[in-house]
Amino acid sequence: MSERNGSVRIGVYVCHCGFNIASVIDVEAVAQASLALPGVVVARDYKYMCSEPGQTLIENDIREHRLNRIVVAACSPLLHEETFRSAAARAGINRFRVQMVNVREHGAWVHEDSAAATEKANDLVRAAVARVHFHKELDPKRVPINSNVLVVGAGIAGIHAAITVANSGKRVYLVEREPTIGGNMAKYDKTFPTLDCAACILTPKMNAVRSHPNITMWTYSEVAEVEGYVGNYKVKVRRKPRYIKEDLCVGCLHCVDACVFKDPRFPDDFNMGMDKRKPIYLPFAQATPKVVVIDPEACIQLKTGKCKQACAAACERGGVSFDMTEEIKEIEVGSIIVATGFAPFDATQAPEYGYGVYPNVYTTMEIERLVNASGPTGGHVVMRDGTTPKSIGVIYCVGSRDERHNRWCSRVCCMTALKLSHLLKEHTNAEVYNFYIDMRAAGKGYEEFYQRILNERVHFIRGKVAEVCDWALDPSEEGKLVIRVEDTLTGFVRRVPVDMVVLAIGLEPRADAQEVRRIMNMSCSTEGFFLEKHPKLAPAPTYTDGVFIAGCCQGPKDIPDTVMQSGYAAAEAMALADIGYFEIEPNTASVIEEDCSGCRSCVDLCAYHAITFNEVKRKAEINPVLCKGCGVCVASCPSGSIRQDLFEDEEIFGEIEGILARV
Amino acid sequence: MQDQANTETGATPSWEPRIVAFFCNWCTYTAADLAGVSRMRYAPNVRVIRVMCTGRVDPQFVLDAFAKGADGVLIGGCHPGDCHYIEGNYKALRRVEFLRRVLDDLGIEPERLRLEWISASEGDRVRVAVNGLTETVRALGPLDLRARHTKADLEVHVGVEPHMNLEVAAHA
Repeated sequence: MSERNGSVRIGVYVCHCGFNIASVIDVEAVAQASLALPGVVVARDYKYMCSEPGQTLIENDIREHRLNRIVVAACSPLLHEETFRSAAARAGINRFRVQMVNVREHGAWVHEDSAAATEKANDLVRAAVARVHFHKELDPKRVPINSNVLVVGAGIAGIHAAITVANSGKRVYLVEREPTIGGNMAKYDKTFPTLDCAACILTPKMNAVRSHPNITMWTYSEVAEVEGYVGNYKVKVRRKPRYIKEDLCVGCLHCVDACVFKDPRFPDDFNMGMDKRKPIYLPFAQATPKVVVIDPEACIQLKTGKCKQACAAACERGGVSFDMTEEIKEIEVGSIIVATGFAPFDATQAPEYGYGVYPNVYTTMEIERLVNASGPTGGHVVMRDGTTPKSIGVIYCVGSRDERHNRWCSRVCCMTALKLSHLLKEHTNAEVYNFYIDMRAAGKGYEEFYQRILNERVHFIRGKVAEVCDWALDPSEEGKLVIRVEDTLTGFVRRVPVDMVVLAIGLEPRADAQEVRRIMNMSCSTEGFFLEKHPKLAPAPTYTDGVFIAGCCQGPKDIPDTVMQSGYAAAEAMALADIGYFEIEPNTASVIEEDCSGCRSCVDLCAYHAITFNEVKRKAEINPVLCKGCGVCVASCPSGSIRQDLFEDEEIFGEIEGILARV
Repeated sequence: MQDQANTETGATPSWEPRIVAFFCNWCTYTAADLAGVSRMRYAPNVRVIRVMCTGRVDPQFVLDAFAKGADGVLIGGCHPGDCHYIEGNYKALRRVEFLRRVLDDLGIEPERLRLEWISASEGDRVRVAVNGLTETVRALGPLDLRARHTKADLEVHVGVEPHMNLEVAAHA
């Protein structure tokens, strides 16, 4: 309509982004310079182009100047392309006739030289103007959304997300690697700052998962393969053999009693290796499902085939099955919520604190079990040497805020350490010394909790501990662990002899985070946690549409934040499922039939088998449903007879020419 | 050697390398955004063209960039095995290997073309890659393809007509 005379009418909009862009780049000059470019009818700069008035400015110009193409020089298109496309669409231009120029992330934020940055912005605007000439009117592609949701990981994040989605009536597949759901939270004794018992608030949710009609819970299982795209993921789940028929087991534990190993002798992972279990075991009393599992590394029958199989004989329901094999389940889901959690920092990586060398050095994860009534000592704080500590040193920031290990603050360790100080004091009445760098108690009720602990006759020494050693300088240090620290508030070096040392270990990405990232086609941020689409405005979506992240796999966070994020991820998944379709970029490739020579070189190049050869026409054909829009075939066609919407050859050549047109 | 190249191609002190970059949407473009968010500083010589995948980078784009005046071309994609489109980056790798030979034949130093694997988390690698290629190209001097081809034409001319001596050819 606006192109009656076939004329290209471009509006160029340069954003100041407050001072973000304007403090480095001469935005006025960039706008002015663009007026000389072919097709540019109007050019403006404005304080905040993405704001309501900024968008209105563009919309009014479109109507007034009969613009049919828009170039916006602002932030990254990954951030605001949608904003400006929508503004253009509201004013009657096809949304795909908008091109963004990234002068913030790729300009003002990375360059100090104002003249050079402005010149760069000019070049890039010239490129965008040249490109946008060739932009066609396109329709967004709609794909249907399967309403099923896959949740990977069943810690508190996965559990909460699964229940939320299931409550909306959608089918949820909850996949957990361990034999039970519950994750790390199930191991905690109490939760800060309220000191309510973790099991008391978690186990009802675990039961809700188990009994929910819309949740299919697969424990001892892993996601093996994910194929497809938003709304239409095909997922293969590998169900590891637990050698117990899940539907027959009632959790009576007769098999465990009957096991030929009369005494438990294998390290119990749930109790951080501080207790022993048998080859056939239930991870913990409230394990969900309450189904035992056989450890193939420990079981005599599975290792040698020469056991009298007392467990099988003890099960009156015939639930033990030694010939169980791995099973692959194939499911179809519309979206995926990844909630795979964190790994606690490996304290042996900080050898100066003596973990693994001195038996009485513990991590906070171990103390959680040690103070727990269902823990290895029944809640009695008894050290590995059998004694109860009379003095305890708690060292903060182990593995966190440390250039040698992890630079980030793990966010929960200060509060965890405070909580455990309180619990240890309560259990043992020992002298408790806290060695901290900074006390980070940001959260509802957290500072108040800190103040409460301060008044509980617990000692606080501000300083990063240099080392823990057993080298006594005087008789009072004999047989003790000596904590050497610079007390930065008083300004001298202290030696604090204690019986027990507790290391407040930080949170890390899991060791297999990279593998999960590949399976899910996600990205990781620098430190290895999964990358969110936007750190503030989209902290649960990822760059892969239909894949969401929740909990500590995205970064360290406490339980309330984890629950909030998983609720948000669930809401995003539900929104997708409810609307029933998703609009994807119309960037698919197509064959220009009259030019195709029928050489077939493209056919094998397509990773998605979207290209077939029509034997009758002797031409290649691209199935737009299967095409993902990578453009590999376009770049490889010898006769130039494949084109790609949004990434046409002319558009990219236009950009190249625009960039280099400066004399 | 470099000095000689600079004199031959007439590099002036004010000359700045011009680099065209093709970054894939999923990894390297995102990494460049991260470099921005992290306020890393790098040479302002690069101009990024966003493509969905490095597999979309037609060898002609690279040749066209050199022909139109680029002194260097940087292609940035996902690490091997990480391609958002499964294997587009391998296609890019093959094309770059092929292009390097073509560039050599055309009298363009193959080092002017660089392929880097930079994941979305590696903002600093964007800085290193851009600065690295900028410095490489700065050391090589301006490409100035026209001057090089004129020179090459003259050499060919000499070859075809063996009776002409160099001096005559130079004046021709």
